[in-house]
Amino acid sequence: MASQAQAVAAPALAVQPKLSRDDRIMRGFIVLVGVWMVIAVVLPLYFMLSKSLEDRAGDFVGLVNYAQYFSTPALFYSIGNSLTIAAISTVITISLAFIYAYALTRSCMAGKGAFRVVAMVPLLAPSLLPAISFVYLFGNQGIIKGLLGDNTIYGPIGIVMGEVFYTFPHALMILIVALATADGRLYEAAVSLRAGPVRTFFTVTLPGIKYGLISAVFVVFTLVITDFGIPKVIGGQYNVLATDIYKQVIGQQNFQMGAVVSVVLLIPAVLAFVADRIIQGKQTSALTSSSVAYAPKPRRSYDLAMTGYCALIGFLILGIIGMAAYASFVQFWPYNLNLVLKNYDFDVMDGGGWASFTNSLRLAAYTAVFGTAIIFTGAYMVEKARGFGAVRGAIQFLCILPMAVPGMVLGLAYIFFFNHPDNPLNFIYGTMAILVICTITHFYTVSHLTAITALKQMDREFESVSSSLKVPFYKTFTRVTVPVCLPAILDVSIYLFVNAMTTVSAVIFLYSTDTALASVAALNMDDAGDIAPAAAMCMMIFYAAATVRLLHVLVTRGLARRTQAWRAR
Amino acid sequence: MGLCKYSRLLGGVAIAAAAIGLLGGTAMAATELTVYTAVEAEDLKKYAERFNADHPDIKINWVRDSTGIVTAKLLAEKNNPQADVIWGLAATSLLLFKGEGMLEPYAPKGLDALDAKFRDKASPPSWVGMDAWVASICYNTVEAGKAKLPLPTSWKDLLNPVYKGHIIMPNPNSSGTGFLDVSSWLQIFGEDEGWKYMDGLHENISRYTHSGSKPCKLAASGETAIGISFAFRGAKSKAAGAPLEIVIPSEGIGWDMEATAIVKGSKKMDAAKTLVDWSITKKANEMYNEGYAVVAMPGVAKPVEHFPPSVAEKMIDNDFEWAASNRGRILAEWQKRYDSKSDAK
Repeated sequence: MASQAQAVAAPALAVQPKLSRDDRIMRGFIVLVGVWMVIAVVLPLYFMLSKSLEDRAGDFVGLVNYAQYFSTPALFYSIGNSLTIAAISTVITISLAFIYAYALTRSCMAGKGAFRVVAMVPLLAPSLLPAISFVYLFGNQGIIKGLLGDNTIYGPIGIVMGEVFYTFPHALMILIVALATADGRLYEAAVSLRAGPVRTFFTVTLPGIKYGLISAVFVVFTLVITDFGIPKVIGGQYNVLATDIYKQVIGQQNFQMGAVVSVVLLIPAVLAFVADRIIQGKQTSALTSSSVAYAPKPRRSYDLAMTGYCALIGFLILGIIGMAAYASFVQFWPYNLNLVLKNYDFDVMDGGGWASFTNSLRLAAYTAVFGTAIIFTGAYMVEKARGFGAVRGAIQFLCILPMAVPGMVLGLAYIFFFNHPDNPLNFIYGTMAILVICTITHFYTVSHLTAITALKQMDREFESVSSSLKVPFYKTFTRVTVPVCLPAILDVSIYLFVNAMTTVSAVIFLYSTDTALASVAALNMDDAGDIAPAAAMCMMIFYAAATVRLLHVLVTRGLARRTQAWRAR
Repeated sequence: MGLCKYSRLLGGVAIAAAAIGLLGGTAMAATELTVYTAVEAEDLKKYAERFNADHPDIKINWVRDSTGIVTAKLLAEKNNPQADVIWGLAATSLLLFKGEGMLEPYAPKGLDALDAKFRDKASPPSWVGMDAWVASICYNTVEAGKAKLPLPTSWKDLLNPVYKGHIIMPNPNSSGTGFLDVSSWLQIFGEDEGWKYMDGLHENISRYTHSGSKPCKLAASGETAIGISFAFRGAKSKAAGAPLEIVIPSEGIGWDMEATAIVKGSKKMDAAKTLVDWSITKKANEMYNEGYAVVAMPGVAKPVEHFPPSVAEKMIDNDFEWAASNRGRILAEWQKRYDSKSDAK
């Protein structure tokens, strides 16, 4: 410690020496993050996507596959379908989530904690669960199918409904972080300048959350366009890009055409990245070291309206979960509605029994612990380091990239890369480690954006002040940044945990005998026609994720009292 | 002298000890085989137990998923195979692997006892069959009664306009079962008539699914009245209480088989061969017969509950090689005719 302190103090005599020491350490970390991203994202994707330029024998053929793709209407029509579905779902989700987030952060309604928990419920369930519910609710035997009139749930309507349910918490998570931190002085100024609520909204609120809002739009849009679970189960024959990849890769073992479709799917991500860079350059932090946290004032009718709105959304979410919970006890839908417990006897059914459930818990725990450490540190380095712009830009891009990669493509890419005979990392193939790395990578983007959003709202002044006080950056990091960002850090870890519990599309290619997973088991039970046991396994995943989520709420509350008191003032 | 003798004795002891250690080692530690399969998971425990009753020294580590996933996984692992044996995957997939040079040809003991249909024609064969799964129509009696739909008895019956919007079948571009149906119609009716048949059928189809078992499952839960799927799934749903009638159309039915093969490059060749030998024994065939009505060894099969009795004689003389080599062309044609329309709702 002493020698370290000396080392820090000694070069302080030169012109800018201490900065360079901090910078060197930070750059070292940035390089580490870069190496991680190259191994976890770049190389696997290269091994997969380069197949789009090869023929089936593996010889380079240039753009022949692309030419074939764009001359087959059945294939390229899906681009329009995917964009339509993604656009509609994004508009609906962002509108719903924005009002919900606004109610949670900018009103004095009662039961905020409960509403916050309820809104996160869709995250806790595998995408198979809403699909089963929708069929029971709106299918041909559905109990409220009349609500759809003559329209069928199997098609664009079903996809949009499923996607809104699935992406709502993702959008909400980003919007809450963005809305939670506001400078109260701006609102005081608006009031004293006699700006009306509408004007205040457009001149203070929206600019303050611009970055978060754009992130949310981009996240929802990309989640929808790359999701394959919902269109597969409930999309009928409405072709979208993600199901096309399934048809090519799983149906026809045509990895080359699958790779072409994957490249087409990556385009929105690249566009979103460019937009993100342009906007990010203009963003200034909302929270400076002299900020005063915004506190909403009670207004009875407004608070009541917000409560009503949140209650309605909460009811819909819980209704969908409740339907699946009911389904898990039904003996044989819809002809024998006796309620039985046998559907929970997983050891006599498809998919690895209760052992798979324990495996899922282990995967989720590892993913949450290691993933949060890697992602938050990475985000801090990328956001707060000085100079090194090109490398940071590149890493920032790599952090956003995984979101655009459909899970199926990621899973196959991991086989091609990690199972390559010449890969020194070959030994992790077939182990829990590869599942953890794959899952962290799969859910990297939203976690990274959450961390960045939280970090962005902290003025760089914190770093400047500490460095002028000769405090090394890592002390600022552990003593200021981490405590201030603790809610976001916990959000990231819980997000990783529940997604690891529920994910299917990537890990389905990577699990082995000893690492069978509950979510995959549920999918296989559904495939085998055992809908009720599949619903039961989905509910077990849901209960596990919900328990952890509740613990998280309790922990957050305890920690918030210690670390977030400044927000309440 | 004494010293020399002593050292020789010592050497002898060491060799003996090493030999005992080696023998003991092989006798104690079972050989572990990684076996990829698409067999129903509930059956896997049974398969391993029956095999271990005869060969307790070989431990099976299953990797199980649906046919499409396992096939894609094996192909993706081609350069560095992880599996030792494939036991219970569609012959169509194994034909593909054979073409890619991924299988180790091997003539298991007792090969001659198998029906000639149930083995790779080459000698030694790259794969051997286990049992057949056959196409069939799943007909929901309750829903059909509500919509007043007669019970179809042939494929051609399904062209009747009364069925419009009541039939679901798998998309051959996503599902092996779907392709099985399409290729069997082309073989039964001939190419021109076959496509004409599908043009008509397309008018009555309400939608195409990505999974081959789904249409029957949807029929079982009343989401559709008629699902074109395979008989095994239908029998299973019927046993679970679904009001299903399983129809074997009079023109004949397409079929595929579950088959077994050794993966080229396996480092446990002896154990792999032992498993494949066992997989075609009478005992194994009787085991397959517990779920499947038609098995590879003639004379073994007994009727299976909920299975229509006529299955074996209605199976067409399926030309797997023809289907495999024309697959790309057939799928492209199907896609052009029916899939590009699908977004028009």
